[in-house]
Amino acid sequence: MAEVFVDRVTKRFGAVEAIKDLSIAIPNGEFVVLLGPTGAGKTTLLRLVAGLEKPDGGAIVIGGRNATHEPPALRDVSFVFQQYSLYPHLSVYDNLAFPLRAPGRRVAEPEIRKRVREVAELTRIAHKLDNPATRLSGGEMQRVAIGRALVRRPSIYLMDEPLSSLDAKLRADLRVELKHIQADLGATILYVTHDQTEAMTMASRIGILDRGRLVQIGTPHEIYERPVSAYVAARLGTPPINLLPVGAVDAEGIPQGTMTIGARTEHIELVPDANGPAEIALVEHLGSENHLHLQVNGHKLVTLTNPQQRWEPGSRARVALKRPLCFDAAGDSLAAAAA
Amino acid sequence: MAEIRLQNLQKRFGDFAAVRDSTFTIGDGEFFVLLGPSGCGKTTTLRMIAGLEFPTSGRILLDDEDVSFRRASQRDIGFVFQLFALYPHMSVRRNIGFPLVCQGVRRREIDERVEEVARLLRIEHLLERSVNGLAGGDSQRVALGRAIVRRAKAFMMDEPLGALDAEFRHLMCVELRALHDRIGATTVYVTHDQVEAMSMADRIAVMNHGVVDQIASPQEIYDRPRTMHVAGFIGSPAMNFLHFKGSLQPGQASIRINGDTLAVPALREGIEDGQLALGVRPEHVCLLDRDGLRGEVFGAEYMGTMQVVTVSTDHGRVKARIPASIPVRIGDNVGLGFQHDALAIFDTVSGRALNSDLFAGAGHG
Repeated sequence: MAEVFVDRVTKRFGAVEAIKDLSIAIPNGEFVVLLGPTGAGKTTLLRLVAGLEKPDGGAIVIGGRNATHEPPALRDVSFVFQQYSLYPHLSVYDNLAFPLRAPGRRVAEPEIRKRVREVAELTRIAHKLDNPATRLSGGEMQRVAIGRALVRRPSIYLMDEPLSSLDAKLRADLRVELKHIQADLGATILYVTHDQTEAMTMASRIGILDRGRLVQIGTPHEIYERPVSAYVAARLGTPPINLLPVGAVDAEGIPQGTMTIGARTEHIELVPDANGPAEIALVEHLGSENHLHLQVNGHKLVTLTNPQQRWEPGSRARVALKRPLCFDAAGDSLAAAAA
Repeated sequence: MAEIRLQNLQKRFGDFAAVRDSTFTIGDGEFFVLLGPSGCGKTTTLRMIAGLEFPTSGRILLDDEDVSFRRASQRDIGFVFQLFALYPHMSVRRNIGFPLVCQGVRRREIDERVEEVARLLRIEHLLERSVNGLAGGDSQRVALGRAIVRRAKAFMMDEPLGALDAEFRHLMCVELRALHDRIGATTVYVTHDQVEAMSMADRIAVMNHGVVDQIASPQEIYDRPRTMHVAGFIGSPAMNFLHFKGSLQPGQASIRINGDTLAVPALREGIEDGQLALGVRPEHVCLLDRDGLRGEVFGAEYMGTMQVVTVSTDHGRVKARIPASIPVRIGDNVGLGFQHDALAIFDTVSGRALNSDLFAGAGHG
């Protein structure tokens, strides 16, 4: 494992600047997740680190070595793609062993056996080692794909939405597994996703990308609690943060210059009141909680409530915002005024 | 508008019983969801209601009229598949109006009805546009418009949102439900996605192996699942099951697991030498410093205001959904506490929940 440093990198595709003067450090043993919508540049950044793309400016430093002009094979990185690309004619064992048998690596067979066993245990696929790779469920295939990356001990693991093709339950299981494996191995991982839950639950730090720029990097807690902009605030939180023009709803502690108020569920106080300004438009049941869709002074507001509170569509409520997030005309965060 | 009644409905394909003896009524104007894993019989049920399959036995009544063996075209039911196949060479207006053209409806009436639907879906401003280059949400609305322009007695929808990504699917759920509230047509909706079912349905029928396990409102199904399958299928993260063995008596209000005594809703039936499972939802688990059921923290997933903590115990992994402000580290040894009035006990052989005070409020949920 080693530290990876992306230093003022720019990448253009024709007229499009996919990555703009971007710097990010991935310290040894950290799980860094790049989060952003389609087209933000996440995958391009990952491919630049892998050596699958060449930067137009800046440098990629891996373990203190300038790797900018090294081909992928010399960079000592492992890549896991979205689609499990297993060798269909090989067994699970041989798929896992494959990276260790690559020409130029020449790991001895007893050592290969030991490493494949370890990884198979870690990814809970040990009972299927003799299966052909084609005779596995989707979840098993993806575990083999992840295992094949883990069997090597590269400087850094690069993962591009490795869980996105799996169904929801399996994805939730593998999230916990992957985080656990990473902690066990002390692995350095750079991971790309557009799924905020993956970012929040697995990352040591999340990097938020916006049109080729890194706009904020921090722990999930920092990004959630103290986003630098409305754009960042909208990346995390379910239901998504409500962005309202200032004055749309009563709020305390709003600093000068606020144009937009960001209200998450925990900022919203709702009190049943037949004469209140908010009308319940829709109640969405989620089981453990309900999503409440409100109309307030012509604005939509979505918040969570406890299912024990019986809100009915058409009923009315008073709304107050307690210490919400505040943004200026440019969408940048403003510190809350003393309440 | 229509009430749909299924009476002892069965469908066999050779030796395979796709639907076994279903009897239930879908109310006029209801948004009714058939939910279950693939192969559970939900789509076959839907296709029988629509007239795309005929039952092996049993009856289907549409507004008291027996339509069991009428073809789809004679039932006045609209059918919606995945909501995205538009005709790329046609305008929005022609796409929506196409089903009416096929029915030979007069030009002027088609225009009126297309405009009405477009108003309903808030896409009036797009009517003359080509469907090429529409934003994702708008093309879904056009597809939906094409489905509802027929003013059928009832709509059958088979995983219409299946091809969409998660975030967009959720937006469309909200929109579909709002649309249903505006037009009020009886809707039967098939999905394997419990979130879709929970967020849209008036009532959900959870199916498994051709059998309807439970029919109830989303909250009722979530709070008081009648079978282990229903309990495990609904909810994310899923309900925890702690397996244990023993005999239980009616009136008993506690159980013993691994020498630990846990309070449970008072039982209303007993079981001898049962293979049992205690079902507990993650939000009803808390971390306590207590003796009894303990385990080691395997993972902690931060979710903003909440976190999901996975604890490895002698009874398997248990997930707890607790406030994110509670500090938890991987490897911590923690005790587990359960909210006792929300617990269910299942007979793992039959898969059925034992009757208890948990179900006392059933029907009011």
